[in-house]
Amino acid sequence: MSSKINKLDMPNTKHLEDLTIQVRRDILRMVHKVNSGHPGGSLGCTEFLVSLYNEIMERKEGFDMDGIGEDLFFLSNGHISPVFYSVISRAGYFPVEELNTFRLLNSRLQGHPTTHEGLPGVRIASGSLGQGMSVALGAAQAKKLNRDNHLVYTLHGDGELQEGQNWEAIMYAAAKKVDNIICTVDLNGQQIDGSTDEVLPMGSIKAKFEAFGWVVIEIEQGNNIEAILKGMAEAKSHTGKGKPVCVLLKTIMGHGVDFMMYTHAWHGKAPNDEQLAKGLAQNPETLGDY
Amino acid sequence: MKTYTYTEKKDTRSGFGAGLAELGRTNPNVVALCADLIGSLKMEKFIEENPERFFQIGIAEANMMGIAAGLTIGGKIPFTGTFANFSTGRVYDQIRQSIAYSDKNVKICASHAGLTLGEDGATHQILEDIGLMKMLPGMTVINTCDYNQTKAATIAIAAHHGPVYLRFGRPVVPIFTPEDQKFEIGKAVMLTEGTDVTIVATGHLVWEALEASKVLFEKGISAEVINIHTIKPLDEEAILKSVAKTGCVVTAEEHNYLGGLGESVARVLALNNPTPQEFVATNDTFGESGTPAQLMNKYGLNSAAIVEKSLSVIKRK
Repeated sequence: MSSKINKLDMPNTKHLEDLTIQVRRDILRMVHKVNSGHPGGSLGCTEFLVSLYNEIMERKEGFDMDGIGEDLFFLSNGHISPVFYSVISRAGYFPVEELNTFRLLNSRLQGHPTTHEGLPGVRIASGSLGQGMSVALGAAQAKKLNRDNHLVYTLHGDGELQEGQNWEAIMYAAAKKVDNIICTVDLNGQQIDGSTDEVLPMGSIKAKFEAFGWVVIEIEQGNNIEAILKGMAEAKSHTGKGKPVCVLLKTIMGHGVDFMMYTHAWHGKAPNDEQLAKGLAQNPETLGDY
Repeated sequence: MKTYTYTEKKDTRSGFGAGLAELGRTNPNVVALCADLIGSLKMEKFIEENPERFFQIGIAEANMMGIAAGLTIGGKIPFTGTFANFSTGRVYDQIRQSIAYSDKNVKICASHAGLTLGEDGATHQILEDIGLMKMLPGMTVINTCDYNQTKAATIAIAAHHGPVYLRFGRPVVPIFTPEDQKFEIGKAVMLTEGTDVTIVATGHLVWEALEASKVLFEKGISAEVINIHTIKPLDEEAILKSVAKTGCVVTAEEHNYLGGLGESVARVLALNNPTPQEFVATNDTFGESGTPAQLMNKYGLNSAAIVEKSLSVIKRK
């Protein structure tokens, strides 16, 4: 078991930076190959997921569904599967070569993540939005029953909070004092039809979570690894104190590929050959392409 | 002809409550969830004896289904409890993605199914739930007929790995299955043997089928009554074996004919042995307010309807 969280006092982020660049390349190549998938949100959450799996979470070797004795992660906004697949394969759950099969017939790497094909590292299907927090709360309560002191982490899109089930879960988590969960919301301000403010303004998400009884930590620079590590360490310090913890992660959709940034245009669109070459040139190979 | 009698009537939901309580004592991994209907689902005993393994979710069924899915991650066997309508239609996508497609070991336990919920009317009755649940890949669908069978089924599904929909109801009905009868998922129960017509019934209609078989016997007709408690996976062999002998079948269920047991039986027969069939079921309609007995009579879900359909299907042989 790794317990890398202790190293946060003096984070050496070079390997995380290298991994981030490599994951960006994976994302671009995966969606380009099948001319489908969701690069924008994936790129926006790359630094976060790289940090989570490689510095923040305590993980056992190998994979078993019950995950007793380790931290768990649930991806609620399943459409950012490219970054999820790349990060978990490079964390050792399955061979990176398998990224070649993303969205292809008979692949374990379905368009949206699923347990149905037996892909190690995935504990729930997601894609139909708004369901991940409830599942994570159940897993967190199972940990309490099992006297397992590890944490449950989640990631949600901000647009996803428009789904009502989230607010059932948010109310429940505080009411039942589920304090072994850290739910992160990717605040990129974008959704398919435009900005969240254009589609359905949600007001202050921070005030809403706080009104429901959560501790809220804000990470202003959600694409900065040191800021992520610092913010998540603070979030962790609030666990076990009777309240659920929410992290508002302000990210830039498409981060790391200049023409994909600051727009919702690349939510669900793949780059063409020329755009791929440009994106890859901005992210030179670090750890080796799959 | 083998006849069935009873000395006591009870609601099937109480059988669920008793089964759940027994599981609480015998299986430490069983946990229960409820969406503000503890009394209606008869979950009090389990809660009293295992407060730490009970989760009151509040009026939030979508959240309940997700939490149940999550509890399986960590080895728990969650039993959710609410009305059939709120156990299925209201939360179909949560069940579909977080439970069925995710292969989660959740037991969805649904009371007040069908018309016999009574006076609350169509908003709370559901006649489509068997169809909704049987369409989900990997979902086992069970509809029990009396207290003893419901208790036995509740205990049996804990030992089955995979999602299960267990459907039962509110009214008191005769207890006629033996207390010690083993519940085998997917295995039909032969109640009376006969040669002229097969009656395949599920849930509250099983007793009505037995009553119908007595009336038919007096008319010189020998009916074979089969209790199909598991609609999926269906005991095809039992059905085919019976119709090979009788040459016709009546299916009986407290559900819409669209999507119900009858359609599942019809498929088996169409593929293997096309046979005249009549359906005792609701006819593409919502329910309404009324007493359970009034509703079952108005919508033709009783022994008289089973007799009538039996007489017509025999003529079609």
